Amino acid sequence: MSHSIVLGAVAYDPKVVTIWDGFQRFFAEHDLRFDYVLYTNYERQVEQHFAGAFDVAWNSPLAWIEAERVARARGRKATAIAMRDTDCDLTSVLAVRGDSPLRTLADLRGKVVGVGASDSPQATLIPLEHLAQGGLVAGRDFEVRRFDVLVGKHGDHVGGERLAAQALVRGEVDVACMIDGNHLAFSKDGSLPRGSARILAQTGPYDHCNFTVLDGADAASIARFRELLLGMRYDDPKVRPLMDLEGLKEWRPGRTSGYALLEQACQRTDWLAPFLRHMGAA
Amino acid sequence: MPHSLDLGELGFDRGAGVLLAREARRANAGDELLLRGRAAELGVHLSAWARERGHSLRVEHDGWRLVFGAAVGARRAGAARAGSPEPHGVAERADARWGLAARGSLVEAGVAPVAFRLDSAESLWFADAAEFYRAAAAAQWDPSSAIPWDAPLEHPDDVEEALVTVLTYLIENETAALIVPARFAAEVHPHYREIQQILALQAAEEARHIEVFSRRASLRRGELGLSTVGGQASLRTLIDEPDFARAALLLSVLGEGTFLQLLAFLREHAPDPCTAEILRRVSADEARHVAFAMAHLGEHVRRDPTLIARLESAIEQRHDALRATAGLNEEVFDALVLLAAGSYEPAAIAEGHERVQELVAQMDAGRRMRLRKLGFDSERAHALSSLHTRNFM
Repeated sequence: MSHSIVLGAVAYDPKVVTIWDGFQRFFAEHDLRFDYVLYTNYERQVEQHFAGAFDVAWNSPLAWIEAERVARARGRKATAIAMRDTDCDLTSVLAVRGDSPLRTLADLRGKVVGVGASDSPQATLIPLEHLAQGGLVAGRDFEVRRFDVLVGKHGDHVGGERLAAQALVRGEVDVACMIDGNHLAFSKDGSLPRGSARILAQTGPYDHCNFTVLDGADAASIARFRELLLGMRYDDPKVRPLMDLEGLKEWRPGRTSGYALLEQACQRTDWLAPFLRHMGAA
Repeated sequence: MPHSLDLGELGFDRGAGVLLAREARRANAGDELLLRGRAAELGVHLSAWARERGHSLRVEHDGWRLVFGAAVGARRAGAARAGSPEPHGVAERADARWGLAARGSLVEAGVAPVAFRLDSAESLWFADAAEFYRAAAAAQWDPSSAIPWDAPLEHPDDVEEALVTVLTYLIENETAALIVPARFAAEVHPHYREIQQILALQAAEEARHIEVFSRRASLRRGELGLSTVGGQASLRTLIDEPDFARAALLLSVLGEGTFLQLLAFLREHAPDPCTAEILRRVSADEARHVAFAMAHLGEHVRRDPTLIARLESAIEQRHDALRATAGLNEEVFDALVLLAAGSYEPAAIAEGHERVQELVAQMDAGRRMRLRKLGFDSERAHALSSLHTRNFM
C-alpha cells in the first residue's frame, strides 16, 4: 500500500465520524491508507491545512474561498479536486408568510429578515448578497435577525435555517432565508405548514462543498484518492450507505465556477478580512 | 415519446413527491418525464428534489423535463427476496442478511447481517405452526372482565392461607414459563415468524397468569408464601436449557403437562368462584402450550430419529442436576392437602391426602402418556417420568 491520505473535516454532527470511518474502510479495501482529522470550525481547518496538518480538506464553500485567497496571497495554489453532485447549482430562497403583503424586494424596506448562522453561505451571506444586488443594504434598509447556530461550521447544521423558518411562521420576522432543499424539507415535514409561507425571491445558482488540495501534496496519492471517489457507484451496496449519509448519488470532478455569488458577498461585506489578517494574507 | 405527468395544483407540501417517487420506481436511468403543474413553489422544489436524487431537470416553455439519473432503481439492484411469504414455503435456512425483513419482502443488498441463533427449519419449523398461532391469538382473554373478582370469599382463613401458598408457588413457576419462550422468541429468525409469534403469545399468556394469580393472592391477605431454594433450583434448570427442543420437552411437555393435572385438581377444589374461573382460563392456555410442544416435537422426532436420545438425555441431566435438591416445597404439598380437605379435621385431612396421592399418580400417568406419544416405549416412558422433578414444573 503505497498511497496515503489524511483528510481534514469539520465535525458539524456526530455522524461525521461514521462517515469518515466508513470511507476509511472503503479506501483500505482499495489499497489507500486513509485517516482524518476533525476540527470544530472551518477557519482552524484552513489554517491547519496551510500548516501541513493534512493533505485534503473537505471544505465548505466559504472555507474554499478562504483557502483560495490565502493560497493566492502566499503564492501557492488551491485546487478543488472533487465535489458531490448535490453540491452543484444550489439556490437559496427568501420566504415570507403566506398572507404577507410583501411582493417584491423593494417591499422589504424597514422589515426584519431572518437569516441563519452568521457564516452560513446559503442561509445568510448569499441571501443578503441577493438583497444587496437588489439595492437593499442590511442594517440600513432592513433589520437582520440572526439565528446563530454553531458559528464556525458555516451553516452545515440545519438548525439556524429551521429556527428562522419557525420565527417566520410565528410572525417574529418578515422574511426567512434558507437553502432551496431545506425549504422543500420544511414544507414536507410541517415546519412550514401548508399556506404558512410563500417564496418571495430565489437567488442565482451557486455551488457548495469541495475537496480542496494545496500545491505540494503528494500527486500520486491525491490522484488515487480522487480516482476512487469518482469511481464510487450508488448501485454498489457496499458504498451506498456512505453515499446516503454524505448526501450524494455521485462524485463529480471539482469545479470553481459556482462560487462567484459567495465571492461577491464576501467582497461586499469584507467578510474575509479578519481571517485573512490572521493568516497574514490581507 | 417521453412519459408526461401533470401535477395540477399539487405541490410538495401536499404530496407531489409521492407521485414523482412512483414515476421514479417505474423509470430506468436516462428516461425522460415531462412535468407540468401550477403549485406556487413547484419549480424551486422540483429542482431541489431532483438534485437530491441525482436526476437532472430542465425548464421548458410549459413545464419541466426531468431526466432520471443513474441512481434510479439502485436500491433494488442486487436486492434479494427473503423467501416466500406463505408459511408452506419457508426456507430450509433463513439468511442472516435478511435481517428483520418481512418474510417474502425484497431486501436491499448491503443490509448488515443479524445473527439469529435459531435459523433453520430443521430445528424450528413444523407444518401446523400457522394454525397453532391463529388458535392462540383467538383465545386471548382480558383478566379485568373475564374473572369474577367481586365473587364472595366465604371459606375459612386456613384455606385462604393454603391457597395463597399454592398461588405463590404458581407465580414463581409461571415466571420461569414466561422467561423461557420470551428468550427463544428473541433468538428465532423472523423468517419463521409463526414460531416467534407462538412463543411471544405464550410469554404474554404467562404474564397474564402471573397477574391473575398475584391479584387473587392479595384479595384477602397482604403476604405471599415461601419461595424455596429447591423450587428455584428446579426452575433454574429450565431457564438455563439452551436447546430449543430440549427446553420444549422439559418446560412444556413435562412441566406444563404436569401442571395440567395440578390446575385441574386446584380447580376442582377451588374454595371460591373467582379462583375456579382463574384456573379454568389458565388451564386452557396451558393446554395449548402443551399441545404446541407435542405437535412440534412429534414432527421433529419423526423427521430426526436421533432427537429421541437428545430428549432423553435432557431429562436425565436435569434429574442429575436436581438430585441434591429438596424437591417440592413441603408447605405447597401440605397446602394442596388442606385445599382438598377443606379443613384441618383429621378425617378431612386423610381424605385430602388421598386426593393429593391420586393427583401425583395422575401426573405420572399423564407424563408417561405424552412421552409414549412422542415415541418413547412404555418402559422408557415410565423410567423417564419418574425422573421428572418433584417440583412438578
